Amino acid sequence: MTRSGLIAPGLIGLILAGWEGAVKIWAVPVFILPPPSRILETAVIQAPQILPHAAVTGAEICLGIFLALITAIPLAVAMFAKPMVEKTLSPFLVASQAIPVFALAPLLVIWLGYGMASKVFMAWIIIFFPITVSLLQGLKSCDPEYRTLFTLMGASFFKTLTLLYWPWALPQFFAGLRVGVSVATIGAVIGEWVGAQQGLGFLMIQSNARLQTPLVFAAILWLAAMGLILWTLVGLLEKNIITWKS
Amino acid sequence: MLQVTDLAKYYHGQPVFSGVDLDLPAGRFQILLGPSGCGKTTLFNTLTGVIPKDAGTITWQDEPVPHLGNLCAYMHQKDLLLPWFSLMDNALLPARTRGKDMAAARDRAGQLLIRLGLGGYEFHRPDQVSGGMRQRCALVRTLMFDRDLILLDEPLSALDAITRQRQQHLLLLLQTEFAKTILMITHDVDEALLLADDIFVLTPMPMGISRQIKLDLPKPRAFDDPHLLRTKADILAHLVKGEAA
Repeated sequence: MTRSGLIAPGLIGLILAGWEGAVKIWAVPVFILPPPSRILETAVIQAPQILPHAAVTGAEICLGIFLALITAIPLAVAMFAKPMVEKTLSPFLVASQAIPVFALAPLLVIWLGYGMASKVFMAWIIIFFPITVSLLQGLKSCDPEYRTLFTLMGASFFKTLTLLYWPWALPQFFAGLRVGVSVATIGAVIGEWVGAQQGLGFLMIQSNARLQTPLVFAAILWLAAMGLILWTLVGLLEKNIITWKS
Repeated sequence: MLQVTDLAKYYHGQPVFSGVDLDLPAGRFQILLGPSGCGKTTLFNTLTGVIPKDAGTITWQDEPVPHLGNLCAYMHQKDLLLPWFSLMDNALLPARTRGKDMAAARDRAGQLLIRLGLGGYEFHRPDQVSGGMRQRCALVRTLMFDRDLILLDEPLSALDAITRQRQQHLLLLLQTEFAKTILMITHDVDEALLLADDIFVLTPMPMGISRQIKLDLPKPRAFDDPHLLRTKADILAHLVKGEAA
């Protein structure tokens, strides 16, 4: 590992050590701020209790990503192909992001119930926007000289899309997907806070009410780990698909 | 084979060019020679229908046509190879976009790649080969259009001087071996003298053909051919004069 690669882990270690020390020195009660060692311990020991909740939240996030992909890709392509579609839909797209998900969450629970559907929906709203916007941007960034070449080769829109525009836009698509998966946890957890019977967000609310603060932190730790895993998976996928240098 | 009469293109009421006449017989290599930025690429885009023409007629084999978009092959200064495809797949693009018989196209592309010195590199990606090799692959792709007329838009100007000399011979092959009819634009006087049967010297702003020079010397030609050197001095003087006027 290079020297600069050591800075981040070193800094995290320093913060955790400071936290651990401060909590011990000033004898902060565990229910206010547990030391990192206690959080880690809880996250591991309570794993059998946390795991089913994590599985639910994970499933919500994955379903949200899946829905976002199958809606964002056709939408971006349609907006790219027909400027009319972009003109018509972009106000709605922006509005969907201007309304905070927090504001929608209670309504979604009323409409879609306490089960997974309302959380999946929430994750979907959050994820599909960055994917759509960056994919559209990527499609539009195609060099016009390549377009001319394809026109002169008599290529149909579909052929040009699959052979030129789509591969051209892939790096930006992945950038959007990475943003999407890193905020996906937010949507699911907010949904679970407002009303749920399981999931990490539900566990956090429950533990919070019982002042089981270490468990709240442990749930957050699990959530962060899931986000990190998703991020890494997208990175691996990108590396395996985009093997060329532009 | 190709006649263009009175072709014009305007931007905001100002002519980029007007009254352009061309007469290109089959098998001939004609070069439009002019300074950078004089509207040569606009002329090509108008000929191929990428942008609409404002006046004039284009006649192809005695039939009037709106543009040459589906009649010519086209090669650009940039190689325009797709970085995600191998050289072979890049060469196959014209066949693929037009839904041709891929097995036959693959055979032909393979032969052409070997003919232009890319044998053994068929499955390399563009970023794994040199600039000259990429340009040769672009030449193979141009041949794979399977069209009699080829438009070359400064095809060699992105290459270094040494590579460029080698590629000039390959451009000659288009005429001598593949019997193509060629219309090329360039700002390089030497290149024009080495390759062309006819040189049209262009004036800038608005672009127009100020002079036509016929060169009936055999090819390949030597740089130091006295007739070429005299013609070169003549053209340069003419270009500088045009610039001053």
